[in-house]
Amino acid sequence: MSTETADKAIIEKDTEALFSKRRKKLVTDPLVDDNPITIQVLGICSALAVTTQMQPTLVMALSVIFVIVMSNLSISLLRNKIPGRVRIIVQLAVVATLVTLVNEVLKAFAYDMYKELSVFVGLIITNCIVMGRLEAFALGNKPYDSILDGFGSALGYSWIILTVAFFRELWGSGAVFGIPVFDYVSGWFGEDFNLATNGLMVSPVGAFIILGLLIWVQRSKTGYVEH
Amino acid sequence: MQQSNAYIITFSVILTVVLGLLLSGTSEILKPIQKKAEELDTKKQILGAVIPAESIAEMKPEEVNEYYASRISSVVVNIKGEEITEQDGVEITAETVDVGKNFKKDPEERLFPVFIFLEEGSEDAAIAYVLPVYGNGLWDKIWGYVALKTDMDTIEGVTFSHAGETPGLGARITSLDVQQRYKDKTIYSEDGELVSVDMQKGEGKDYSGDPHKIDGMSGATITANGVNKMLKNYLNYYQSYMDKKKEGSSKVAMN
Repeated sequence: MSTETADKAIIEKDTEALFSKRRKKLVTDPLVDDNPITIQVLGICSALAVTTQMQPTLVMALSVIFVIVMSNLSISLLRNKIPGRVRIIVQLAVVATLVTLVNEVLKAFAYDMYKELSVFVGLIITNCIVMGRLEAFALGNKPYDSILDGFGSALGYSWIILTVAFFRELWGSGAVFGIPVFDYVSGWFGEDFNLATNGLMVSPVGAFIILGLLIWVQRSKTGYVEH
Repeated sequence: MQQSNAYIITFSVILTVVLGLLLSGTSEILKPIQKKAEELDTKKQILGAVIPAESIAEMKPEEVNEYYASRISSVVVNIKGEEITEQDGVEITAETVDVGKNFKKDPEERLFPVFIFLEEGSEDAAIAYVLPVYGNGLWDKIWGYVALKTDMDTIEGVTFSHAGETPGLGARITSLDVQQRYKDKTIYSEDGELVSVDMQKGEGKDYSGDPHKIDGMSGATITANGVNKMLKNYLNYYQSYMDKKKEGSSKVAMN
C-alpha cells in the first residue's frame, strides 16, 4: 500500500485555493502515477469479477466512487474523535453502512442491476482501496482534502475497470454497453463475414490478461519499477 | 492519544446507534419501492417464458403490469391438481404464493401456482400454462418458470434465475441462448410417460433429433443436474393438474 500521500506532512493554509496545485495532485495522482489497481495492485477481486460487461461495471464504479468519497468524508470529520484502538472497526462500520445503503438503493431503483451485482456491491466493504484510503489519508487530513483524495482514488479504480470491461465485452460478447458492435461491423463486409467472439474474455482469465497488458503498457510509459 | 475505556465504549455505542438508525430508516423508506420492483421482476420472469425477452425489455414497468393483468390469469392447485382458493380462512392467489417457502414443505402440503397465458382479449382461451419450478443448484437455490403449450407436452419456453451460481458457468442458465434450447422439446415419451427434458453433460453436440435432451453447459454439470432435477420434480408435482387439463381439452375436441 502506498503511504506517500499520507507521509507528506501537509500544512494547511487558510487561504489555499479551492483547486490549488496540491489539491489537484490529490485527484490526478491516483489516475496514473499512483493508480490503486495498476500500481498498488489493490481491488483486483472486483476488477476481475464485474468487468464482463460495461453497464454493470459502470454501476459498480459509481458505487465505489460514492462509498470511497463518503467514507473518506465521514472518517475525516470524525478523525479527532475516533479512539485509536478501535479505529479499524469504526472504519469498517462506516464503510459497511455506506455499502448497505448503496445496495438498498440499487434494489429499489435498479432491480436488474441489483440482481446482477449484489454480491459484488457487498464486497466493496472488503475492497482494500476503501480501507486503504481511510487509513492512509482520511484519518490524518481535513474533510475537503479527503473528499478529493477519495474521489481521485475512486476515479483511478473506475477508469481501469471500465477499460478492462470495454475490451472484455467487445472481444468476449462483441458488444459495447450491450450494443452489438461486431454485428454492425460484420454487416459492412457482407453476409458471410463474421467476427468471432472469444469465450476466454468472458471468463475471469480474460480480465487477468487485459489487466496484465494494461499494467505493462502503463509501466512501460511511466517507467515505474516495483522495488 | 490514549482514550479511556469509557470513552471508547460510549463512542462505539453512539456510532452503532446512529448507523443502525440510518440503515433501518433507509430500509423502511425504500421497502415499498423494493417490493414493487420485486413484483415487477417476477412478472417479467413469468412473461419471459411465453414472450420473447426483447419485447419485455422494450416495455415500460406500467406496460408490463398492464400486459400481465390483461394476458395472465392464475390459479393455485395442490398436488392432486385440485384448485385451491383459500387456506385456513385466508384467500390465496397465485401471486402471493411463495414457491421458495413451499419448497421446504412436503410436496403433499405444497401449493402450486399456475399462470395461464391467455389469447388476446379472451378470458379463458389459454395459449400456454406457465408453471413455477424451484430447486437447488450448485451453490444456492435456483428457480424459474416453464411454459407448456395446451397439449401439456410441448415446452413453449422457459426462464431460469439463480441466487449464486458461478458467473460464466452455472449462471448461464439465465442466458437466452441456454433457455432457447428448451423450446419445442416435449416432456412426455411416446408411451405417455413423464420423462421431462434433460440437459446433457458437455457442450456443443446437436440434440435437435431428441425431444427430451438438450445441449449442456460446459463446466456447469452440477448446475445442469440441479436444473434437470428441478424440472422433473415439479413437472411430476403438476402432473395431476396437467392430466385434468388434458382430459378437459380432449373432451372438447370430441364434442
